[in-house]
Amino acid sequence: MTSGPILRIEGLSKTFRTNNGGALEALAEASFDVSENDFVCIVGPSGCGKSTLLRMIAGLESISSGRIGYRENPVLRPQKEIGMVFQEYSLLPWRTVLDNVALGPEFGGAPRAEREAKAMEYLRLVGMANFSGAFPHELSGGMRQRVAIVRALANDPDVLLMDEPFGALDAHTRILLQKELLRVWENYRKTILFVTHGVDEAIYLADRILVMSARPGRILEIFDVDTERPRDRAHPAYGQLAERILSILEREAAFSATGTNG
Amino acid sequence: MEFRTVLVRIGAYLLVPVLFLVLWGVIDRQLNNEVILPGVGQVAALFLQPTESLIAMGSLATNVAISLVRVLAGYLLAVCLAIPLGILMGYYGTAHRLLNGFLALFRPIPPLAWVPLVLAWFGVASLASMFGVEEGTAYLYLNNLKLSMVFIIFIGAFYPVLTSAIHGVMGVRSTLLDSARVLGAGEWDIFRKILLPAASPSIVNGMRIGLGVAWMCLVSAEMLPGSISGVGYLITHAYTLARTDIVIAGMISIGIVGAVLDLFFRLIEDRKFVWTRLTR
Ligand SMILES: Nc1ncnc2c1ncn2[C@@H]1O[C@H](COP(=O)(O)OP(=O)(O)OP(=O)(O)O)[C@@H](O)[C@H]1O
Ligand SMILES: [Mg+2]
Repeated sequence: MTSGPILRIEGLSKTFRTNNGGALEALAEASFDVSENDFVCIVGPSGCGKSTLLRMIAGLESISSGRIGYRENPVLRPQKEIGMVFQEYSLLPWRTVLDNVALGPEFGGAPRAEREAKAMEYLRLVGMANFSGAFPHELSGGMRQRVAIVRALANDPDVLLMDEPFGALDAHTRILLQKELLRVWENYRKTILFVTHGVDEAIYLADRILVMSARPGRILEIFDVDTERPRDRAHPAYGQLAERILSILEREAAFSATGTNG
Repeated sequence: MEFRTVLVRIGAYLLVPVLFLVLWGVIDRQLNNEVILPGVGQVAALFLQPTESLIAMGSLATNVAISLVRVLAGYLLAVCLAIPLGILMGYYGTAHRLLNGFLALFRPIPPLAWVPLVLAWFGVASLASMFGVEEGTAYLYLNNLKLSMVFIIFIGAFYPVLTSAIHGVMGVRSTLLDSARVLGAGEWDIFRKILLPAASPSIVNGMRIGLGVAWMCLVSAEMLPGSISGVGYLITHAYTLARTDIVIAGMISIGIVGAVLDLFFRLIEDRKFVWTRLTR
């Protein structure tokens, strides 16, 4: 069963009204396709509009111009098929882990027994079943992100948008969660769009890497990563790709620095 | 806790009140004037027989109970109106812009300043006359709830609850709202499952302050015409009869009931909202 891309972004722009009445162009004419089951990473200088792009695809932010198509249908508001994981603080602090994970099915009207069974299934998947009765403040940062990820998964999305989900974690935990994410992705065959600051992280995870320009963000270059998984960080090709991407980012960062001065 | 530390703690709580009573006793002996300052024992005697009828107005306990019912009536009305309104105003910018300027005009007016207007509107009408109840036990209860009193108490409690609800909702982390929307929350889900619980620590704090203010409005409310009962009225009536001991006993009862209600809210805050202290 082959069809068009699952996500099609065409000439997408976003201009924010600032408080003093000015206009701030966050995203300019971004275009790209994402095919089903792809793991796509997005890297770019800080403030280039990565979060804005993801939030627009999630239906959380209005579109200034251009088009977002999900399976040929325009995305205008949040929808169940497109899930999102945030960097941190997205769990409801007054709910237990189980009740947090069951949130999506709960909004969908699933009866309690059913949604709790589902939540438990996903918690088991990431080894968090023992913590089902814990509250978010009782968990470590890595555990919280595990819960946030399975909460998105328990809602059965097609596409999973992830905005620096491991950005606040220490290096060791981050590597652990990257492995787990790949395992989950291979199990459930989701399409993932993953924003990160870490070029290393992007190369470790992605099938394709989109490199964005400084603000207003455009897609500068797209790299395919064909290496077999699990990837070996010591492999020379890994380092070469990292260097190429980093040199683009460095140039862009310098550009955005002079851009803000001028 | 160890027995000795418990004793020390209780001692620490009681130290200042006991010193205060001793001072009262000393001054009382010096003055020797029971209208200006009745003796400690005289006031204590009133508390030892709380169900004894006083100055033809019923007992201390009855009057406190009547006042409590009045306060709760006005307070509940204020809470039921202020919480939904505050959540709406905190969430929808338009609702805030529409209503905030208007409501801010009335906020600085002390509840007591409403008295003349409230009397002109409601006079001595009570809930009994409003609902057309004219006899039976229901009449006895409802006739004690004068509309004017309920209104004064309502005004006092309304603003603290409203403000706390608005601030509670405005302080909700936008990531919580965004993740709920992405998970498919409808507008009603957002209100009931995100905004209300997220704002509830702030709301309960506002309810605690509101109940304190409502309780303070009581005396002014019970000085209104048509009132023939309640601690507030007991105090003013005892004053006209120069029964300072009853005045003081009434004041102490108001203080004790207020403190107990406050304690009740503190307990709720401590138990239900552990997460607010531990989050972050
Ligand atoms: N609601 C908003 N109103 C006004 N400006 C905004 C708003 N959201 C984002 N911006 C601006 O848009 C630009 C892009 O922001 P965005 O958060 O998308 O960047 P980012 O690439 O995710 O940055 P980072 O890597 O630091 O997370 C920034 O200059 C930001 O200040
Ligand atoms: Mg961002």
